[in-house]
Amino acid sequence: MSNKFGIKQVVAIGIGTALFVVLTTVAIPLGFIPNTALQPRMAILAFLSAVFGPLTGAVIGLLGHALGDALFYGSVWWSWVFPEAVVGIGVGLFAKRFAVEEGGFNTTKNIILFNIVQIAANAVAWILCAPVLDILVYAEPADKVFLQGVFAWLGNIIIIGILGTLLLVGYSSIRGKSSSLKKED
Amino acid sequence: MNRMLSYKEKDTWLHRLSGVTKLIFFLLWCITSAMTYDTRVLLVMCALMIALFVMSRTEWKQISSVMNVVIFFMIVNLLAIFVISPYQGTDIYGTKTVLAPFLPGHDITAEQLFYEFNVFIKYITITPAIFIFMVTTDPSEFAASMNLVGIPYSIAYSVAIALRYVPDIQDDYRRIKNAQEARGIEMSAKAGLFKRIRRTSAIIFPLLFSSMERIDVVSNAMELRGFGKKKKRTWYSQKPLKRNDWLVILFSVLFTAAALVLTFYDGNRFYNPFV
Repeated sequence: MSNKFGIKQVVAIGIGTALFVVLTTVAIPLGFIPNTALQPRMAILAFLSAVFGPLTGAVIGLLGHALGDALFYGSVWWSWVFPEAVVGIGVGLFAKRFAVEEGGFNTTKNIILFNIVQIAANAVAWILCAPVLDILVYAEPADKVFLQGVFAWLGNIIIIGILGTLLLVGYSSIRGKSSSLKKED
Repeated sequence: MNRMLSYKEKDTWLHRLSGVTKLIFFLLWCITSAMTYDTRVLLVMCALMIALFVMSRTEWKQISSVMNVVIFFMIVNLLAIFVISPYQGTDIYGTKTVLAPFLPGHDITAEQLFYEFNVFIKYITITPAIFIFMVTTDPSEFAASMNLVGIPYSIAYSVAIALRYVPDIQDDYRRIKNAQEARGIEMSAKAGLFKRIRRTSAIIFPLLFSSMERIDVVSNAMELRGFGKKKKRTWYSQKPLKRNDWLVILFSVLFTAAALVLTFYDGNRFYNPFV
């Protein structure tokens, strides 16, 4: 894989964003905290970041969240858009190590690494960035936004930990069979 | 699943504006609305928005399903603010005028009602802006005009692909969901949390893998047609910026500046009627 912004990245951002947008409404509500739910789209974001790298992940997160909110809810909550990019970048930084397309993800080491990275990235995003931006931008009450942040963090690490890991393992094992040969640069 | 807000061809001056003009207006408008809590500024923005909304000739049925969701979330959010922080308004405005005692620690104060009124009119400034942007902007013209103002065409193309493929993937999603339901996978809300995650993944797996295949197919097709070979490209649906576009851009910049000056003039982003 080359470092430059290739055709595949362009298309992955486009279709990945569309996928993220469509899955906006697919949510498993946590119920007791307003506007917070288990979101399968976060697993998709983690998956695409792990496959295509940090830049693709960040753009899918930003565009997908903003577009999805605009299309389905009619208002964009900007302070929760930017943390998506943090998750995308965090997970994407290790894309080379995961080597999903080459079938290299299926090792215990990579699965553990993926989960440590996603828990850390989500913590920075939802416990730090989102509430701080909420307070700075929207002047929302501090106790409410930190409570929401912690629950969003919990929800996201659960869904990425289970669904995200399974998706990566599944995809990597399909790809692995067909591409054991490496292209010469 | 909700029907989406989608572009509909009509002949109003809002439709004739370039996509990028509307994007600049929209972004500046959102920043202004997010920064200010000045009730006077917000009320002016509300009035402007309602006027623009009428001028865009948007029909209720184009937005009704989304509107219902917005109203629901708005009510939940307003109630949640009161339940979790009943004295946020008192913290902000510095006074406490109890209108009616409610539950212990949850008195209804004039400050809280005023603060929540501000949150409410913020919704009214933002929501119609998004509706207008979505229903009056043609996606491919939008990509072309993004490139026109200097955004690299690969990024513009990503956005165009995203807008283009949302309905396709939505169809895929529905088809897979129907197929899985036909195979007897429980979709009701009664199941437990882990069961629900499992049944959702029965849709996500095929949807994601078919999307990965689609990424391969589309990027191969684009590569065969030489996408990205040259530094520049031309667009079928490109429109040059006209007089109205420049007027709208000028207005947005001036309005944002004026609103922010008025808001922060007294050193505080809130307008305080209680002092």
